[in-house]
Amino acid sequence: MSNVPRHTALDALHRSLGASMTDFAGWDMPLRYGSERDEHNAVRTRAGLFDLSHMGEITVTGPQAVDLLNYALVGNIGTIGPGRARYTMICQEDGGILDDLIVYRLAETEYMVVANAGNAQIVLDAITERAAAQGGFEAEVRDDRDAYALIAVQGPESPGILKSITDADLDGLKYYAGLPGTVAGVPALIARTGYTGEDGFELFVAPADAEKLWQALTEAGKDVGLVPAGLSCRDTLRLEAGMPLYGHELTTALTPFDAGLGRVVKFEKEGDFVGRAALEAAAERAETAPPRKLVGLIAEGRRVPRAGFSVVADGKVIGEVTSGAPSPTLGKPIAMAYVDAAHAAPGTSGVGIDIRGTHEPYEVVALPFYKRQK
Amino acid sequence: MSNPQQLRYSKEHEWLSTAEDGVATVGITEFAANALGDVVYAQLPEVGDTVTAGETCGELESTKSVSDLYSPVSGEVVESNQDVVDDPSLVNSAPFEGGWLFKVRVAEEPADLLSSDEYIALTSGN
Repeated sequence: MSNVPRHTALDALHRSLGASMTDFAGWDMPLRYGSERDEHNAVRTRAGLFDLSHMGEITVTGPQAVDLLNYALVGNIGTIGPGRARYTMICQEDGGILDDLIVYRLAETEYMVVANAGNAQIVLDAITERAAAQGGFEAEVRDDRDAYALIAVQGPESPGILKSITDADLDGLKYYAGLPGTVAGVPALIARTGYTGEDGFELFVAPADAEKLWQALTEAGKDVGLVPAGLSCRDTLRLEAGMPLYGHELTTALTPFDAGLGRVVKFEKEGDFVGRAALEAAAERAETAPPRKLVGLIAEGRRVPRAGFSVVADGKVIGEVTSGAPSPTLGKPIAMAYVDAAHAAPGTSGVGIDIRGTHEPYEVVALPFYKRQK
Repeated sequence: MSNPQQLRYSKEHEWLSTAEDGVATVGITEFAANALGDVVYAQLPEVGDTVTAGETCGELESTKSVSDLYSPVSGEVVESNQDVVDDPSLVNSAPFEGGWLFKVRVAEEPADLLSSDEYIALTSGN
């Protein structure tokens, strides 16, 4: 693989906006345009515009597309209606999480799987390989990573902004649904999904149309405080919303049950699926011997915990931080961490995080840290 | 990016004022503040601490990372900026003014501090 970073269709635009760029899974992506805290607050109170073109799209079509996905993924893909979307995962044979995904059912026998940028090739390879298993599925797996740019508009003002430049029926578009439409004269798949804890939309468009769409959204949002927003604030937004991030809360060393997300595994679906036996064992284990639990931690002080820091109680290590950052909304540092079940209850006293040798006191809370008012 | 002419700079991106009555002011440059992102926590050396040129004397924490703070000179700390401890964003908004970090009674100055022009050359990648 080449070490040259990949650039999205919006690269020149980001640079003209003065973005600080960062390497993310081999892509040169905007980290922030100005202050990440201002961008974060804009998404919470007004709207933010994100370039997410590094995400990986895989299209699965054909009469047995649903059977293939039911075999390859842990969710029940058969119950996704056309125009709807679902959060799910793809696991290894041993139950370890390969990636978390969103699957959109675009048509009767057409699905789009959206993988994390860093895992897109792994997911593509796994689904392709699984398409040939069990005598082969009558389905085509297509690498559509280069077919789409992805622009997200997130925040309470986003429905109004989008409405002003599309004739699509946004009121009829529920959370976790997607429909084809036209935005600013550009054909787009309009999905009411996102990774910020706010209402918002993700727009999948041809890369050649990305700049036109970005400019139209910028213009439509300028009177209501829309700002371009980078990956730095995307991370603090998703952390406040208690959403897991692959490589932090989710890894191949954990099953969905270990991650507290056992509900995404649907044993009741028909037929075998990759990881079924191992996941059944993991589910049983989780019943009898609770694994470490994913919890929220809120600082009493101001020092910020980072991924990998130890969670401590009574002088012993009882867990590990998976993500940590100062929370702009709470005004305090927060963290997600896996901790021993005995210390996982909200309000458990005496829990701290070892921050470079000092045990800083932290409060155990239920996730998420932030939930928007509907 | 501005780098006041009258200041001197370290390769670790601190600035140092000219000493008045032997006391100089230390801060980090605008370049460093921008690279850090929003500073959210500052641990500064305390009054009476002895700092040594090129050695760590505190830390600055931003949304994404934590960075050691180095002292550009050796000496005794005579004041640390409580305003920055209370509101670390001053480091971003006014790195050369209200966002100064500490004052030090200079005992010894390294010979390799940079002029403004030299620092600009360093940070522009030349």
